[in-house]
Amino acid sequence: MFRFIGRRLLVAIPTLLLVVTLAFFMMRAAPGGPFDTDRRLSPAIEQNIRAKYGMNRPLSVQYLSYLAGVAHGDLGPSLKYRDKSVLQILKENYPVSLKLGGSAILLAMLIGVSLGVLAALRQNGPADYGVMAVAILGVCVPTFVTAPLLVLAFASKLGWLPSAGWNNGALVNMVLPVTVLALPQVAIISRLTRAGMVEVLQSNYVRTARAKGLSEGRIVVRHALRAALLPLVSYLGPACAGLITGSLVVEKIFNLPGLGKFFVISALQRDYTVVMGMVIVYAGLILALNLVADLVAAAMDPRVRLS
Amino acid sequence: MSLGVLVPGSHRGAADMARAALRGRSLWDDARRRLMKNRGAVAGMAVLAFLVLAAAVGPYLAPYGYDQVNKADVWVAPLVHGHLMGTDALGRDLLARLLMGLRVSLAIGLVATAVSLAIGVAWGSVAGFVGGRVDEAMMRIVDVLYSLPFIFFVILLMVTFGSNFILIFVAIGAVEWLTMSRIVRGQTLTLKQKEFVEAARAAGLSQGGIIARHIVPNLLGPVVVYVTLTIPAVILAESFLSFLGLGVQPPMASLGTLIASGAADMELAPWLLVFPSAVMVAALMSFNFIGDGLRDAIDPKDR
Repeated sequence: MFRFIGRRLLVAIPTLLLVVTLAFFMMRAAPGGPFDTDRRLSPAIEQNIRAKYGMNRPLSVQYLSYLAGVAHGDLGPSLKYRDKSVLQILKENYPVSLKLGGSAILLAMLIGVSLGVLAALRQNGPADYGVMAVAILGVCVPTFVTAPLLVLAFASKLGWLPSAGWNNGALVNMVLPVTVLALPQVAIISRLTRAGMVEVLQSNYVRTARAKGLSEGRIVVRHALRAALLPLVSYLGPACAGLITGSLVVEKIFNLPGLGKFFVISALQRDYTVVMGMVIVYAGLILALNLVADLVAAAMDPRVRLS
Repeated sequence: MSLGVLVPGSHRGAADMARAALRGRSLWDDARRRLMKNRGAVAGMAVLAFLVLAAAVGPYLAPYGYDQVNKADVWVAPLVHGHLMGTDALGRDLLARLLMGLRVSLAIGLVATAVSLAIGVAWGSVAGFVGGRVDEAMMRIVDVLYSLPFIFFVILLMVTFGSNFILIFVAIGAVEWLTMSRIVRGQTLTLKQKEFVEAARAAGLSQGGIIARHIVPNLLGPVVVYVTLTIPAVILAESFLSFLGLGVQPPMASLGTLIASGAADMELAPWLLVFPSAVMVAALMSFNFIGDGLRDAIDPKDR
């Protein structure tokens, strides 16, 4: 297993290198720069600022020195927020995205798996059709539709919940964004769980368990669920990364100070180093979570061999 | 045959009849029959046909232009002053804008999917057919691209080159081809070793004939299914970009920009949010139902 992990980490290096390279040169190809202001700076001042950040050097030199910095864990200073390093900015915004995404994925797993199991056990019954209808709606109604509609209903009309803002992560502020983030995931997870369950419930070993006279609950929890959730594990890796890094749209709608909102703003302001830092963190997260998903799948399924 | 001799002139007809009886139903006929029995898919096709028709001819029939500003009729509620769906903050007719937005969204969905289809099928089939090291290298590239944070790169693309139509097509299409290439490659690999391909080879069919008669038709099924599921994904991706202000630029409209501006004004004019959202959901649902129906119809072993 350690060899497997080691090999995967080795493969991750060229991937990250590609990510950094692409992001670096795309950002630099964008018109305008981080030091553009409404009033034109005098050439001498601009020259000094550029020199301070090393941006007067040839692009290739800047690229290599940036790479060297990343290799040492230094993502550089922010170009817009003077006095702050990229790491500081990431540290400030990251907890918001983590809390949001983490709550959403936990909630979605809890509800999604329960609904999926329920649907599979009552296959072709009203409960099954109800769950599948929810699943289709969850996939087809995008977050930027559910979010304003829920705000309109629960914040503007009923006044039960705040319509936006973070308020240091107060529960009332979390309810709407977490619900909006979780809904599509509930749909996908319940669908995957149902499909896995339906297949597993027909398998020989479940029939054996039934023949032994085990209770239905025990069969589901001890025997069927483990195998049925396998397809879910490989889905959850990338899905978690997406959720934790912050759904760009949800953070924008609810005006939450998370990574996603910051990314778009920084890209528009040409804050090169901040954008790069976020891209690197996100790519690293995807790679790490995919690895975790593979390891979990191998732990759950003895047929999977890590090689 | 004896019949043909006894009744002169009926020879040809009898042979035709025999051939017709022998031809039977092709696999595609079976698939179509199954698809037509799927109520969800048929409803989806009906809704989609209506939406496509509305998007194609609607903008010409609408009494107002999609960018026609009318300062006298600002935020008019639906059904007032001859505006079926009301007007927005600039007095523009929502119905006219919605028809235009639907056209733009559908067009982006189709073209970007075509881009992803072209790249994905070419990449996947070459990898699958050639096999060996070429296959390994090509699929490793796909693996690496998979772990790129693509939404970030699409945003960077939009920021770098400014958002224009062609870039939206290319950017989204370039993201969506990865899964397509994996599907096509996997399919090609299994098909290459199928008994019916061997049988065709033994029967003396040429390589080209095998590809045309046996590989491609079997490849087509999963690809068609994936295409119907890619189109809504693309429409969604474009809407996300537009929602973030990086997609289609005003006064041009797409479903995403309409929903975004509707969400901004929803307290004053909820219809600006409700109508575009409803059209968006209807379009996405019809594509999904058709895709699911096609999957069941083309690949009956999964039912």
